[in-house]
Amino acid sequence: MDLRDTPEEAAFRSELRSWLEENVPQELRGHRGGAARFDGPAMRAWSRALYDAGYAGLTWPEEYGGGGAPYTHQAIFLEEMARAEAPPHVGVIGLGMAGPTIMAHGTEDHKARYLAPILSAEEIWCQGFSEPEAGSDLAGVRTSSRLEDGHFVVDGQKVWSSFAHLADWCILLTRSDPGSTRHAGLTYLIVDMHAPGVDVRPLTQITGEAEFNEIFFTGVRVPTDNLLGEVGGGWQVAMTTLLHERGTLGFALQAALEVQVRKLISLARDRGADQLQRDRIAREWIEMQAVRFTNYRSLSALMKTGLPGPEGSISKLVWSEANQRITKLALEILGPDAALADGNAPYGGYWQYQQLRSRGNTIEAGTSEVLRSIIAERILGLPKSR
Amino acid sequence: MDFTFTPEQEALREQAREFLAANPEPSWGQLAELGWTGVSVAEEQGGAGLTFVEEAVLFEELGRTLYRGPYFSTIALTLPALPDELRAEVAAGTTSWTLALGPLVPDLDTADRVAVVGGDGIYELENAEREVLTTSDESRSLGVVRGGETGRRLADATVLGEIEARSLTALSLEACGVARRALEYAIEYASTREQFGKRIGVYQAVSHPLADAYTRLELSRSLALWAAWCVATGDPQTPLAAGAAKASAAESAVAVCETSIQVLGGIGFTWEHELHRLYKRALGIESFGASGTRLRAELAAALLDEKSEQVPAPAPAPVPVEQGG
Repeated sequence: MDLRDTPEEAAFRSELRSWLEENVPQELRGHRGGAARFDGPAMRAWSRALYDAGYAGLTWPEEYGGGGAPYTHQAIFLEEMARAEAPPHVGVIGLGMAGPTIMAHGTEDHKARYLAPILSAEEIWCQGFSEPEAGSDLAGVRTSSRLEDGHFVVDGQKVWSSFAHLADWCILLTRSDPGSTRHAGLTYLIVDMHAPGVDVRPLTQITGEAEFNEIFFTGVRVPTDNLLGEVGGGWQVAMTTLLHERGTLGFALQAALEVQVRKLISLARDRGADQLQRDRIAREWIEMQAVRFTNYRSLSALMKTGLPGPEGSISKLVWSEANQRITKLALEILGPDAALADGNAPYGGYWQYQQLRSRGNTIEAGTSEVLRSIIAERILGLPKSR
Repeated sequence: MDFTFTPEQEALREQAREFLAANPEPSWGQLAELGWTGVSVAEEQGGAGLTFVEEAVLFEELGRTLYRGPYFSTIALTLPALPDELRAEVAAGTTSWTLALGPLVPDLDTADRVAVVGGDGIYELENAEREVLTTSDESRSLGVVRGGETGRRLADATVLGEIEARSLTALSLEACGVARRALEYAIEYASTREQFGKRIGVYQAVSHPLADAYTRLELSRSLALWAAWCVATGDPQTPLAAGAAKASAAESAVAVCETSIQVLGGIGFTWEHELHRLYKRALGIESFGASGTRLRAELAAALLDEKSEQVPAPAPAPVPVEQGG
């Protein structure tokens, strides 16, 4: 047990810290969050700069253009990014989900074609899993794919798709066997978002922003080369994607929580906090440290055994509820000014936006109800409820 | 960065688990024979020359089995104040100690000798009258000392910071052991007990509170192990870590026990089942030493009132969480 950086980790951290000080564009540091910050050329340029400096896909194998670095470097990277309040690489879905899935299930041609442009931010990905009738219960997927003269023809509707309005590619879960139910008969495709028949419609959220989208597929022709895994074997491929979604999420969330707690402390120093609020601020600081060291335990287990420790699966559950408490506490500290919005609100409406946005945190990427059932069944070994 | 136990530390945990299962009420001499009383005592004084991380393993296991004896009061409270030759006696198992930090003194019925905090230092208290009081938690005694004379000066008051950190951290680790045992009882019960034709763990009204109990426990355990490492290495963050760990772990242990009592229903409410003894230790840990409220007030002062590196100027910025689809 040694919680300090190794000399090699310390060198990596120090080099990264100086690089961030010199390279994070000022205009990208000031954004209150939300989807809009990903639009426009500045984010592409920033992502490209991360790539050129070797910080995109740190843990990806070198043969696919990654850094081949240990997971500890990824953890340090996310900590330092949070410390510098730097925006993430625009390829969130590509780096965290599509890329790892292609590495696990793709052909050599797939890897050669798709992986490098994810890292360089030349191509953006989105995820087409959820549907109006398939939310937490993903096995209810209905979007269909049928083989027709050398193509899959896709019809259906996906929903809650982040980045779809920017995306070049979509990882899409379809039902290829119309007679099948549940986990059988699903097929996982890579779909060109610029193909005829793909229609993206933004969904305006309670924040007033459109961060997610609906995607409608009408007779979209997808080359059979774009199949990931086997026809009918889509469920297994989708599980790889979700494993990576939750697996890589822990440290990003911890970094997000550190930023949020730091801002809460700044706010309280700025505006004052009463004794009860001070107690709650201390609680959130303790919770943030607890998430950090729980992630460290999970990461250490991953480094030693190749499998993440079970503690890691609680990060998302804990972070989402902490973020809801923190943002609400911030509004309380703002007092009557909490009713103001956007430019009329203190700090550009940062806390008002964050508080509303936080309501999505316990829903997206696995609802808290689903996560509690996962903990109960897979970690505690309680009898299965379904 | 490595936050795992070494194979030797894992072996120590296994040894402790087996020994305490077979000997739930070990004597001080037995603990000394196992080398537990001299874990962090230097080899020159007959100890193992190891660190608080190894002692942390033992505190967790001792908490789990509701060990009753002067291990906490000797190793967590008094050891930092003892000169070398008295440490050698502790390692050898010939002496155990307790320290009167406040009016209620732990382990007065089992500790051989008593130390007290004087104005500028820590002294041995000789010939004092000891009265052991009735406590809710029967696994850790509390009492008062009256009269007596101040004897040998053991250490100066600068050691009190280390004693506070060791004490808070040891209590956190005990709390984690207590909570783990309580959670195991609840999981076992929810996995076997049937009502309405199903095992009750199937019902999310039962399973989700248990998932939360596990979550609280793991978060607190991470803090307790962080604090243990800080104590072992003398890290500058030790006071913050120990305070955070105690505030979190005591509260978690109480909450986990309460969830477990609820899950076991009427059985969990009986005197016969061990759960109430675990619960009373958890409550005892929560009330012993600094309270969560006080620890959080100290933490808030450190975060909010002083110039601190924790806090840069306010600058709204993105929070990097983008998921979905």
